Amino acid sequence: MDVRTQFALIILFLPLASFVLQIFFGRRIGPRGVWISVAASFVTLILAASMLFTVVLGTPMNHYPEVAWFSVGDFSLTLGFQLDNIAVVLLVVVALISSLVHLYSVAYMKGDVRYTRYFGYLGIFTFSMNGIVLAHSLFMMYMFWELVGLSSYLLIGHWFEKESAANASKKAFLTNRVGDIGMFIGMMLLWMVTGTFTFQDLYALVDVEGANLFAGQMGLLTVAGIMVFMGAVGKSAQFPLHIWLPDAMEGPTPVSALIHAATMVAAGVYLTVRLFPILTPDALLFVATTGAITAVLGALTAITQNDIKRVLAYSTVSQLGYMIMAVGMGAQQAAFFHLGTHAMFKGLLFLCSGSVIHAMHHSLAHKGDHETDPQDMRNMGGLARRLPITYVTMFIGALAISGVPLFSGFLSKDAILAGTLAFAAEHHQWWAVLFPMAGFGAAAITAFYMFRLIFMTFHGKPADEQVRQQVHESPLVMTVPLMILAALSFAIIFTLPGVNPLHADGWFTRIIPQGENLTGFAQLGAAHLEHGFHEVHGLTMTLSFAVAGTGILLAIIFYLFRWLNAHAWAERLRRAGVYQLSFHKFYFDEIYDAIIYRPFLWLTGRAAWLDWEIWDQWFIDSWGRNTVRISNVSGYLDYTWLDQKVVDGFGHVIHWLGATGRKLQTGRIQNYIVWALAGGMIVFLVASSF
Amino acid sequence: MDAYILTLLVFLPVVGALALLFVPKERAHQIKWIAAGVTGVQTLLAIWLLTAFERGTSAMQFVQQAAWIPSFNVQYHVGIDGLSMPMVLLTAFLSFIAIVASWNITKAPKGYFSLFLLLDAGMMGVFVSLDFFLFYVFWEVMLLPMYFLIGMWGGPQRQYAAIKFFLYTLFGSVLMLLAMLALYFYSDPHTFNLMTLIQTASTIDAQLWGIEMKWLIWFALFIGFAIKVPIFPFHTWLPLAHVEAPTAVSVILAGVLLKMGTYGLLRISYPLLPGETATFAIALAVLGVINIIWGATNAIAQVDLKRMVAYSSVSHMGLVLLGMAAVVSESRGGSLAGAQAGMNGAVLQMFNHGIITAMLFLLVGVIYDRAHHRYLYYPKDYKDEALRGKAGFGGLAVNLPIYSAFMALAFFAGLGLPALSAFISEAMCYIGGFSAFRTLTIIGAVGILLNATYFLRAFQTMFMGQPNEKWTGLTDMSAREIGMLAPLAIIVILLGVYPAPALDVMAATMDRIIDLVAFAAPLAGQ
Repeated sequence: MDVRTQFALIILFLPLASFVLQIFFGRRIGPRGVWISVAASFVTLILAASMLFTVVLGTPMNHYPEVAWFSVGDFSLTLGFQLDNIAVVLLVVVALISSLVHLYSVAYMKGDVRYTRYFGYLGIFTFSMNGIVLAHSLFMMYMFWELVGLSSYLLIGHWFEKESAANASKKAFLTNRVGDIGMFIGMMLLWMVTGTFTFQDLYALVDVEGANLFAGQMGLLTVAGIMVFMGAVGKSAQFPLHIWLPDAMEGPTPVSALIHAATMVAAGVYLTVRLFPILTPDALLFVATTGAITAVLGALTAITQNDIKRVLAYSTVSQLGYMIMAVGMGAQQAAFFHLGTHAMFKGLLFLCSGSVIHAMHHSLAHKGDHETDPQDMRNMGGLARRLPITYVTMFIGALAISGVPLFSGFLSKDAILAGTLAFAAEHHQWWAVLFPMAGFGAAAITAFYMFRLIFMTFHGKPADEQVRQQVHESPLVMTVPLMILAALSFAIIFTLPGVNPLHADGWFTRIIPQGENLTGFAQLGAAHLEHGFHEVHGLTMTLSFAVAGTGILLAIIFYLFRWLNAHAWAERLRRAGVYQLSFHKFYFDEIYDAIIYRPFLWLTGRAAWLDWEIWDQWFIDSWGRNTVRISNVSGYLDYTWLDQKVVDGFGHVIHWLGATGRKLQTGRIQNYIVWALAGGMIVFLVASSF
Repeated sequence: MDAYILTLLVFLPVVGALALLFVPKERAHQIKWIAAGVTGVQTLLAIWLLTAFERGTSAMQFVQQAAWIPSFNVQYHVGIDGLSMPMVLLTAFLSFIAIVASWNITKAPKGYFSLFLLLDAGMMGVFVSLDFFLFYVFWEVMLLPMYFLIGMWGGPQRQYAAIKFFLYTLFGSVLMLLAMLALYFYSDPHTFNLMTLIQTASTIDAQLWGIEMKWLIWFALFIGFAIKVPIFPFHTWLPLAHVEAPTAVSVILAGVLLKMGTYGLLRISYPLLPGETATFAIALAVLGVINIIWGATNAIAQVDLKRMVAYSSVSHMGLVLLGMAAVVSESRGGSLAGAQAGMNGAVLQMFNHGIITAMLFLLVGVIYDRAHHRYLYYPKDYKDEALRGKAGFGGLAVNLPIYSAFMALAFFAGLGLPALSAFISEAMCYIGGFSAFRTLTIIGAVGILLNATYFLRAFQTMFMGQPNEKWTGLTDMSAREIGMLAPLAIIVILLGVYPAPALDVMAATMDRIIDLVAFAAPLAGQ
């Protein structure tokens, strides 16, 4: 077996082994046993990193091993890996965040009732996520896609005693399944025409310059592409299926960092990147539009949230929208770049928020206060001195996500924004301008709400000085992952050997191909886009400086120095009717509840009534009832009428005749003579009448 | 042994039932062990059969043929192919599990276990018969013990449920009898031999009331089988019978009996009347999709866990129909691969659903034995007014970790999670269905969501949330209960990860049926 395959197999199955160990033996081994899982995840990190090294050193990874799974006649399915550069990079990202989250959780989850089981769940998540990354076919990806859904369900519902956690886990699974139906249908459509599920074969069979099996029916390919993309809409929390992600924050915070920020939600972006070569221009426009709407919606909602994790959750929604939008506009490389940088700084931000919540929780518990919400930023303030490491690292994360130069987010965001500008430059329709507007607008809002979060949490006057005094910095196992991720949020990490912090050129861009679309989109744009990127690069940079600066400045004005009163402005906006929109998340949950969820439940009740009361009890049983009724009637006719009346009637008549006849036999000769004469006369009269 | 193995499989339980007659009724323990021993040996024989079964051929194997009623050309004729092999295994295995699940029966154990063995023999007979008359006899033999098992050992409404089940099924049987006689008299030479009828039945050229005789036969057979599956709208006997039947009987009902309907279609309707099958495949697909959606929609509304599982069977059997309808894939612009995916997926789904639904019913039984109720939510007309509309359980996962783990596995298997067995068979049914009936399958795909909805709702209300104080004292599963569920769980995982061994058994037989229908399809179109 090829050594690359072996590495991939170990990376895939080691976390599964960790799952099995913790689930079946975890309680017996005890809480110290979780270090086995931590060690296992670091082993996968080392293996993945060594693969990345060989790639960076100049040996591109192009390894596609596969084995038959089963076949019945012509229908066969294979299992295999698509080990290319993209997969290797994502493997490293997953292994890295997963390892750090494992480490962090050792302290964060200490004392939890289901401590070892939690680590088992982390294992099965990492296994499924690696499966998605490595999958060589849509079918295999779909399988791991669902398994990731399972692990997400288990982890969101880790504290299932809480009603809200139980609800959130169910909501996440079901919302994802809506998208998965689309993905499954799209998959079947592609299979019906091409007879294959594997990416490599699909690329070959859809290529317009080669054996394009969709020739003459590109509309069908568009539909298939959009359908498969629905899977990404679900998993990457895109409009209109984004509603599950903020609720998923009910899970433990390290889980939010790993699954609902850095890796799993990025799987949708990854799928779209994998799919990019066969998405038609129309399908790509759909993808870009979905992404743009999500980016703006998420950012607008994040502004008014007060729960520190919810702000980050909506920020994630918005950033994922960014990536999806980028793929849709052909800036597939930029999208993947942002996926990588976002995983680091968003993982960092979540773990920082976890550190804050952890500290708040303990301080509040120390005070004996179980009412105050440790996640509500209005209960914080002035924590910078008490949590120096958390503060500094979170500040770095905020700078990165806001797209400030020197930090990684600047490069990847810049690349995406350049993509939108280039796209707008190439498309002369009026609507094309909306994409850069959405991009830059969301960027400005991002900078604003991130620094709002920082200032509300770490600066200003504390809501409760007593609580602030008892806040303590988290232990090293928690802060070391923060420091590592903060270090990885600097631009230079992604540009080496290049050192220009304003230019993305480096190992990352060299190993990640720009990607070629095979459906005709390429001819339309890629060359131009490439050109366009350079054209607009300077403009982008200027603009993005400006928007990030504006956002941060506004946050400073409102929340740091409080020159303007945030509450008063909020009130003004409330009167204008826009504040509530953001605060209530654009009423998505309420609308879905009113037009989908409740009518549907009502309908199921009616269906059950129809099925049982009407169809079965009334109609089906009416056959029984009517049979009984008919039997009663026939029983009546048969006995009371036919038997008792008709049959016995004969008897009665005979009886009567007999009785009457008997009366005639009086024994008197005179009577007999009278009867005989009468009879004789009748005979005579009858005979004479002829 | 080869020549007698099937006879042995069928009549071993009969011998067991007869033996039980000689055991004094007070010795319940002995009765149970004899029943378990008989079904255990039967399971071992079925496993041996599986190892000896030759893959890659569609020919009948282990055939035994002897004259029975020569004047009417009725034969004792048994044999198995890739279609019956999985069903034989399923029947033997689930019978054994069901006997173990019946360990706590205290009411007249002697009658119960002898009837159970008789039921086992009847089911096994149906799956190995190659003579229509013999098939019909076994089909009816099975009814009687079922009637008594539900009617005597069932729940509060047992007599109503039993009589309904009996009459409903009998109605189907009458039509099947008519179809059988028609096939006998219209074929030349007169025969009940299913292998011979494959050649002669399609040549029937007669009409009745101006309708093609073959159409009438197909419909009569269809209704007979449809009631068993059960296909909408003949499905309402099922929730009632399931709810009232004792746990082990529900296991057999859902695990094996329902499969007889689809088995009958594949064994008799498909090969004997392939032209009509091709013509009416679209009806099968439509009904399959209705089953999927209607069954799942109703399952969501149920407040009784057992009823919910019963309706989930309606939904899952719909998938089998959709997969079976894919047999006409090629003549509807699809590919041969689509037909193969659908047909193999359908038979695999029959097997997988048998295992999973058995798990579900056993697990329902486990909680019912302890709590003496199984309400997800107390119904609106519940006797205790304070409880109406309240959750029946809650937070069980805290105190019953093993039970919750098994239930989670069964639920996730039921909702088609990959790496668990039903996923691959359901996916194949959908893929096959899609290659023949695109719009219908897209509608049917909503089932993916609906099935997840009721399973997750049930899981949440039973296992999540704050533990319900009323049920914190429940004990977790016993060794016997784990022992009967663990093998099923292992099969679910093994076939989910590696379905090839199961598919290898059936592939050649499915190819033959597809060939038969594909050959007749163009003729049917004219």
